[in-house]
Amino acid sequence: MNKETTKDVPDRNDFHSGVAVKLQNLTKEFVDKKGKVTVAVNNFNVTIPAGKLVGLLGPSGCGKSTTLYLISGLYKPNAGAIFFGDEDVTNTPPEKRGIGLVFQNYALYPHMTVRQNIMFPLENVRVPKKEAMVRAQKMAELVHIGDLMDRKPNQLSGGQQQRVAIARALVKEPRVLLLDEPLSNLDARLRLQTREEIRRIQKETGITTIFVTHDQEEAMSISDEIIVMNEGLKQQIGHPQDVYEDPVNMFVAKFLGNPPINIVPGKLKAGKCLLDNGALIDSGINQPDQDVFIGLRPEYLKLSDNGKIEATVDMVEHIGRDTMLICFLNGMDVKIRAIIPSEYRLVPGEQVKFECAKLFVFNKSTGERYK
Amino acid sequence: MIEYKKDGWRAALALAPMMLFMLVFTFWPIINSFIWAFLDDFSYGGRSISHGELGGYRWITGGTFIKVGIANFKTVLTDPLFWHALRNTAIIVVVSVPLTVIIGLGIAVALNSIKKLRGFFQTIFFLPYVTNTIALGMVFATLFHQNYGLVNKLFNMVGFAWINGTTATGVTEVTFASALVVLTVYTVWNGLAFKIIVFLSGLQSIDKQYYQAAQVDATPRWRVFTKITVPLLSPMILYITITSFIGAFKAYSSVIAIFGTGRYGPAGNSNLMITVVGYIYDKMDVGGTPYGVAAAASLILFFIILIITLLQLQISKKRVHY
Repeated sequence: MNKETTKDVPDRNDFHSGVAVKLQNLTKEFVDKKGKVTVAVNNFNVTIPAGKLVGLLGPSGCGKSTTLYLISGLYKPNAGAIFFGDEDVTNTPPEKRGIGLVFQNYALYPHMTVRQNIMFPLENVRVPKKEAMVRAQKMAELVHIGDLMDRKPNQLSGGQQQRVAIARALVKEPRVLLLDEPLSNLDARLRLQTREEIRRIQKETGITTIFVTHDQEEAMSISDEIIVMNEGLKQQIGHPQDVYEDPVNMFVAKFLGNPPINIVPGKLKAGKCLLDNGALIDSGINQPDQDVFIGLRPEYLKLSDNGKIEATVDMVEHIGRDTMLICFLNGMDVKIRAIIPSEYRLVPGEQVKFECAKLFVFNKSTGERYK
Repeated sequence: MIEYKKDGWRAALALAPMMLFMLVFTFWPIINSFIWAFLDDFSYGGRSISHGELGGYRWITGGTFIKVGIANFKTVLTDPLFWHALRNTAIIVVVSVPLTVIIGLGIAVALNSIKKLRGFFQTIFFLPYVTNTIALGMVFATLFHQNYGLVNKLFNMVGFAWINGTTATGVTEVTFASALVVLTVYTVWNGLAFKIIVFLSGLQSIDKQYYQAAQVDATPRWRVFTKITVPLLSPMILYITITSFIGAFKAYSSVIAIFGTGRYGPAGNSNLMITVVGYIYDKMDVGGTPYGVAAAASLILFFIILIITLLQLQISKKRVHY
């Protein structure tokens, strides 16, 4: 990577090491015309490790994009601080932060060629034309669009536009790369390809990368760490698999996983889970007796003759490698999904028994998970 | 959701009333003026004509003529007054169009960048659009009046009498330059409202993300304007430029509005600021003048506008994006 420093570009650590991003008590409120206050980001505390690819995940309206724009500096927080490494950038304007931002719809300048688009940030800080050309070409090669330099954005496919946007964001060699819903404008096949591409580019540059998504599969598949957000609040941060297997609350458990987790109402009784239909399952939870929600991941359910969870098959979906059963719990009006090996050939109406290898128990009112 | 089927007759029915009016008041006159321009010594309604009655020739337009030919064009092109009018018109075009586009764009950008009082200023700038042209002309004529105009008074106070010039005979009179300045200021100001509205709506339709992207990339303000705003606004700029050119070539009412009863100039020099449209109107108006001369002059104006518009479209293919 070309490491020539230029005027007005902040001093940065090596492109290959990246910088940690720390958000401290970050709060952002929006006030609408009627004076109604919406807290988009609420007392947010998180440290994003240097050189990692981190997915900021949550349902729409949860404040994840706002968080991204706060990190970029395009939004100013109402309270709290943002650190890049040890440097407090809370009051640093976006252009001095050393960030690259890829917008959801890419925001490529339609009247400029790919080359002009990628060179634009360099020309702004008066990088000599020759050097800018070389750096733009290198960056284009990195994202595999080196042969499209003279095209206009409208002559490119969505995936190619995405790459141009990434190249434009990276060409200034920023300290942090921010991507807002990078895959939402692509079709399903391209999405798969592009997310691997983002992963590769991030690994090759080693730049701290934060991307926003509402698609849990997307976030889990490529992130080193995911941050789950809801209603402006941080829910959980961690390695995707850890968050999946060890969610802190019902929201996180429900948000991750496809097919989604089964939530069944029940009671905690002397450390055991009592389903409303009388089934009693070991839980290993040491909490006073109370009403709870029980979370059963579809793949945690196993067919077994000794199983305590009795159900009636309602529908059978063959999904190739596995089979998905949709059943009604006997004696309860609750639908559950189970993923079973495809050798079982069941038909609707059949009685089945499940054993449960693992379950989550959630507080009925707060959704907090008992461990 | 309304289904749009291929029922052409419905469309035709909806368009019919407008088409009828267009036919009678636009297309028919256009066809007629094309024909008249090539009829030598054409006279409408059998009025006596200078070259003697050749009798009986009834053209589809009615009226009589001597023969088909290009004598009308010869008359126009050898008339010094036509060239004077054309020169005036060209000067108005060349001076006022760039000014009005640049000033309009500048004000629109300024309006777009303020939050407070935007509605207030928008209203102010739009007022000339809903005000009567003649009334505005009278205001200007008064402001710039050579004896008691406010603007002249101000200039006179600093010892500068530029509206008044002195002829060789020592008589104080309105010079061409001073008349042109007043006319230009008036034309620019009068046309500004519409341009500001068009530019402003164009600016507001530009995706804000382009500006955010530019900000993240540390783009200097002037570069944001020249490299992002202007190119993205180029379709609007082209539209405004072409319509301004056409409008300026058709300048007429502005001259009348300013000089009032003096017609196209101050008393004593009534043709000082005559425009091509003024010339055409006069040729039609003066008793005994063959209508064909006016028709020929308007055809010449038509072709000038056509050629310039085509040129602009050609140039814009390289300059206007998407």
